[in-house]
Amino acid sequence: MQPDAHITVRDLTMAYGDFVIQKDLNFTISRGDIFIIMGGSGCGKSTLLRHLIGLLRPAKGEIYYEQQNFWQSSPAERDRLIRRTGVLYQSGALWSSMTLAENVALPLGEYTDLSADEIRDIVSLKLALVGLAGFEAYYPSEISGGMQKRAGLARAIALDPEILFFDEPSAGLDPVSAKRLDDLILSLRDNLGATVVVVTHELASLFAIGTNSVFLDAESRTIIAGGNPKQLLIETTNPTVREFLTRGESTV
Amino acid sequence: MKSLRVEKPKGSNIGSCTVDLSRADDDTLMIRLAGAWIIKNRPPNAEAVTERLDSESGIRRVCFDTNALTAWDSRLLTFLIKIHDYSDAHEIEVDPQCLPEGVRGLLELAQSVPERKGAHRKGAHESMLSRIGNRSLALGREIEENFSFMGEACLSFGRFFVGKARYRRSDLLLMIQECGPAALPIITLISVLVGLILAFVGAVQLQMFGAQIYVANLVGLGMTREMGAMMAAIIMAGRTGAAFAAQLGSMQVNEEIDAFKTMGIPPMDFLVLPRMLALILMMPMLSLYADLMGILGGLLVGVGMLDITLLEYYHQTEAAIGMNDVLGGLFKSVVFGVLVALAGCLRGMQCGRSSSAVGDAATMAVVTGIVWIIVSDSILTLIYNALGI
Repeated sequence: MQPDAHITVRDLTMAYGDFVIQKDLNFTISRGDIFIIMGGSGCGKSTLLRHLIGLLRPAKGEIYYEQQNFWQSSPAERDRLIRRTGVLYQSGALWSSMTLAENVALPLGEYTDLSADEIRDIVSLKLALVGLAGFEAYYPSEISGGMQKRAGLARAIALDPEILFFDEPSAGLDPVSAKRLDDLILSLRDNLGATVVVVTHELASLFAIGTNSVFLDAESRTIIAGGNPKQLLIETTNPTVREFLTRGESTV
Repeated sequence: MKSLRVEKPKGSNIGSCTVDLSRADDDTLMIRLAGAWIIKNRPPNAEAVTERLDSESGIRRVCFDTNALTAWDSRLLTFLIKIHDYSDAHEIEVDPQCLPEGVRGLLELAQSVPERKGAHRKGAHESMLSRIGNRSLALGREIEENFSFMGEACLSFGRFFVGKARYRRSDLLLMIQECGPAALPIITLISVLVGLILAFVGAVQLQMFGAQIYVANLVGLGMTREMGAMMAAIIMAGRTGAAFAAQLGSMQVNEEIDAFKTMGIPPMDFLVLPRMLALILMMPMLSLYADLMGILGGLLVGVGMLDITLLEYYHQTEAAIGMNDVLGGLFKSVVFGVLVALAGCLRGMQCGRSSSAVGDAATMAVVTGIVWIIVSDSILTLIYNALGI
């Protein structure tokens, strides 16, 4: 195992019942990476993410957080590992019965000994970081989709996680908002020193922020390429990957 | 976007479309298409062509003549795709040269992405035995799921009693408001009417013996022992059980429940516990209130129609109802409260990830709730009877 590995996946097979989605997945996410999981629609990107954050159990294979085997740990230990991560779900997944401030405050109240005043300060800070200062008292249904995503991000970074997971962060956003979210991801990575894992098929976004990647193929049901996306675009000889990265406009 | 049709069908030709097969040369079959090949018409089957290809040997190539074709739409395309598929399987070359440009383009588009292997679902043709087997397995799994949900709910209650459960007090209070005071208007209406109905049914029979005063006994006992608790429970199953299932179900769809799990907050404590607690606390009170309202309904009939005085009715009711009857009814209502809350939360947490699944979950919550209420009520009534309560 590599010394700077943050998450290591070994021989992972994902399946719903008998239906195998992806098999023999092997990759390492290093500390400080912005790691892109890409592939066409329906190839199992989001399913892989749900395996990485412990919502689904692998049909076969291992997932290591640093040196620790995730699924062979005790439930309490698994809880502790997952606590060090933050997840931004595709739809934001804000708790709809709570205000933005309550959404961000809930994990802080659960896992820290901070006083109510201190929590309020941190909540304001996190909302300000994602550009939502002043929206503390709003309910998720009262703000736009882009704002919901950013509020979801504020909740994901509430506990200063070491690893941030993003499920299709730019889905449903206009190009400018998507770009802003990308910039936000970059600056959070740099300033929090976090490792970032992004599921996406937005080319602009994955070229802009990705430092490493895997490409899941729906046909062969496994990884057919990996590496820095920009490098991959220049070097790949695989027609599927090439078609994906160039939107099929390549003449080669 | 180009128009799909070559030209608009016109004239008398609109109703007819034909296919004509002939051998152009030794190894070529010429397919001559004529008329309007549109959905409204009934053109010949593709099988006519494939049978011809089957029966005649030596055909290596298929080509088309579309000079007499006046119009086309998906009807023609499905016909051609069948011929294509057959030809591909039998190593016959299809020459699309003479087809209209739009047809060629769409055929290419339809064939550009090969069918995903394994994407085809198994057909609906399952044998009776395997269907019975699958259903039984599914039933077994469902029972297991239900019991594990009940187990988790018990653990969650355990954590609550030692003060370790993680929930928000404001949620609990909101739920209590939702399950208690907010339900009073409908409980009032239904219970008064049930009391009225009981009184009417009884009055007709009892008047024949001049014993109309016993309407008070009938209504009083009927409400406190049975109807008060049961009507309140059925109303709450339709009102609150369904709401629980829909709330939790839409949270499941919106990934909010996943978000709780990855935050390390058990959704059981945070979402299910306050809902169950609120309903279990409120149900006996609602049931007691329903008893009173039912007796009031009986009183209206007694005083208004049967010439019983208010005081007579009151004394008769007081004499008829014992503490046992009231407590028995209250105990039932606690059981119903547990069952309705359990059914609503269970169906909500089991909800799938689509918006129609939320509707199913709400429906199932009401059905499950009512079935559990009636079954448990019969069991409890039997037990009361045996114990002489």
